[in-house]
Amino acid sequence: MKKEYIMGNSAIALGALAAGVNVVSGYPGTPSSEIVETVFKYPHEGVYLEWSVNEKAALEVAAAAAYSGARALVTMKQVGLNVAADPLMSLAYVGVKGGMVIVSADDPGPISSQTEQDTRMFAKFARIPVFDPSSPEEAYTMIQEAFDYSEKFSTPVLFRPTTRICHAYASVEVQDNTSPKNYEGFVKDSKKWVIFPRLSYQNHEMIEKRNPEIGSDFSDYRGNTCEGDGSRAVFASGISYSYAKEYLKDIPDVKLCRIATPYPFPERFALKCLEGVDKVICLEELSPFIEEELFALAGRHGLDIKIMGKHSGDVKAAGENSADYAARVLSSFCGRDISQNGLELSDMPSLPVRPPVLCAGCPHRASFYAVKQAMKGRKSYFCGDIGCYTLGNAMPLDMVDTCLCMGAGITMAQGFNRVDKDGVCFAFVGDSTFFASGMTGVVNAVYNEADMILCVLDNSTTAMTGHQPHPGTGRTMMGNVVEKVSIVKILEGMGVKKIISVDPLDLPAAVAAVKECADIKGVKAIIFKSPCIAVTKPSGKISISDKCINCKKCIRELGCPALVISNDKVSVDRGLCTGCGLCAHVCPVSAISKGGDC
Amino acid sequence: MKMDILVCGVGGQGTVLASKLIASAAMSLGNSVHSAETIGMAQRGGSVTSHIRIGDNAFSPLIPLGSADIIIAFEPAEAVRNLMYLKRDGFVIVNRIPVKPTTESLHDTGYDGSEMISYIKKKCGCLVVDASELCGELGSKFYNCAILGAAAGSGRLGISPEALISEMERRVPQKFIEANKRVFAAGIEAAK
Repeated sequence: MKKEYIMGNSAIALGALAAGVNVVSGYPGTPSSEIVETVFKYPHEGVYLEWSVNEKAALEVAAAAAYSGARALVTMKQVGLNVAADPLMSLAYVGVKGGMVIVSADDPGPISSQTEQDTRMFAKFARIPVFDPSSPEEAYTMIQEAFDYSEKFSTPVLFRPTTRICHAYASVEVQDNTSPKNYEGFVKDSKKWVIFPRLSYQNHEMIEKRNPEIGSDFSDYRGNTCEGDGSRAVFASGISYSYAKEYLKDIPDVKLCRIATPYPFPERFALKCLEGVDKVICLEELSPFIEEELFALAGRHGLDIKIMGKHSGDVKAAGENSADYAARVLSSFCGRDISQNGLELSDMPSLPVRPPVLCAGCPHRASFYAVKQAMKGRKSYFCGDIGCYTLGNAMPLDMVDTCLCMGAGITMAQGFNRVDKDGVCFAFVGDSTFFASGMTGVVNAVYNEADMILCVLDNSTTAMTGHQPHPGTGRTMMGNVVEKVSIVKILEGMGVKKIISVDPLDLPAAVAAVKECADIKGVKAIIFKSPCIAVTKPSGKISISDKCINCKKCIRELGCPALVISNDKVSVDRGLCTGCGLCAHVCPVSAISKGGDC
Repeated sequence: MKMDILVCGVGGQGTVLASKLIASAAMSLGNSVHSAETIGMAQRGGSVTSHIRIGDNAFSPLIPLGSADIIIAFEPAEAVRNLMYLKRDGFVIVNRIPVKPTTESLHDTGYDGSEMISYIKKKCGCLVVDASELCGELGSKFYNCAILGAAAGSGRLGISPEALISEMERRVPQKFIEANKRVFAAGIEAAK
């Protein structure tokens, strides 16, 4: 064993390696992405590792491995679980032979997600166990236990860290040498592995009988803990347990109960915790899961206990908790004054706001600007998608009218086209998102004769989540260089008749391409191809000559972070400028030129 | 050793590296360390913070309000934004050079950081450094190690400059090590 200072996601990855995982698959998504990357960075001989094209694919690849007795890990963010829901729901009925753990990272806040959905609810919906770690150290051990439980009960299990666990760092004791486990291989048995209505009925009955047994097993699970004593109890899970512990460390007369396995609920354990208790508060993020389980428990057992939490309005319904929020809630629950240690800051000056923006030199800015210029004066719809380019919504670009979920922009553009024949309907999608969930939408458009323009913002990487490779990059997580999957050929094969590839930084050509497509019926595609600035070397800097009339058009039109006002003059932040030269196209007096030195 | 350190700045300024260097140096000195970072959407030009908690009795990875011993701020407004974490007798090390958000450039509100610096001076003990001066020609990419140097030089970090340098040697790409060491040394000097 050795101690390493690692991120929660790395603890999960190294825990899985220690559990002898054989197959690891996933799709990037904050806050889960570093799990697969950590497996890649550490020794993992004999382990098959892939970034799958999307979460559904990842789960299905892993399921077959688990059918064969191998141990399989699948990783995704919580909204990715929606994409993987179809195989997951069926797999819950079929079950597995080798241990299969699906990590679905929740994102209270949300900090970088579309929803505040709760994977614990998903586990209950799918009727499969779920594990909820409360620190990186615990995640390391817990993921190994999750594999054991999965095998013991022949069921896939969910493992749901939250952002503050995934991205917390801690010194974790990890095993030195790991090796994948031996497995039997697939044993054919169509009565077991082929889902039919009759099998589903039988297994549904089996699952409902089995789950209380798992709940009973969980009642003795080491992760479910009860500390302190008294007539008041705090029930908490995940990071909220750590916040509660921080507050209660010097208060012994309040019980602190941690629910590490929310489903199937460890009923016997909870009943024991509730002995002698007349007042409970549930401190949890996202859904009031524990709170509702306690309602059911109190109802079934006729317990006279006041249960407080989100339903009672004592804990906020949305957003993430914090150490301070927990202290506020718990001090009121405990009837204690909250100590004020900090500075008096009521006279704080107003602070500049910093919404996230496209990076300086980001080619997406150029693509959006080209479409904006070409469509000036024409009614148009700009359907966005999930990725860095969602940031095209920010002023002054203001080029994202809608954003719903992965791939939705392509199909929503078609929907707008159905209700408004006069508007030009655009869909913006990144290369990774195109592969993940954009392709079916294009087929839908071609088949149903939609009029739309697909803009693929191809920056040759999965930028937002940390530059993972994808089918278009020609690299795999097994370290192999493979043939790049061509977006153009895919579109041709699907029957898209008009496809233009253009460099968005060549503004006149990009604008011309958009104008040309806008006047043609049917499905058109423009591939705006230019690499992400984070994976390529800058091509120099721009310079602003004294011809500048300080009109600030470059700033007002583009909103590039490298264009700043310094001493009342427009100037270039040389640390940020990548020399993309888009601003040179915008300058009305040609004061900006490319080719300043690096 | 028990110490809560908050590192803050703007996405892209290198706060994550600075925080990793502090945390791993503290760990190499035998301490138990927890930390938490902002990663993802907020990195793109947004406000970023790293909470570093050194010592055995820290359960939450986030520092509770009013309990940070030190704030190391890469940007004046970000220091003020996080002042609520500082304990009453806490200390701030702050870079004088502002990062103007694009929104400020659009509306031209004249934000230059000076009002923030005066506010910090009024509220608590602080060391104001000029990272631009310390890094000179090397530019803003090296601000993080310069500011870290100032923090180490202030003697309030509880971690020796040597421990930080040795972590730098382990974690910074070879071709940048010398330049980073140079600005780190300039930072120490500035703190004297």
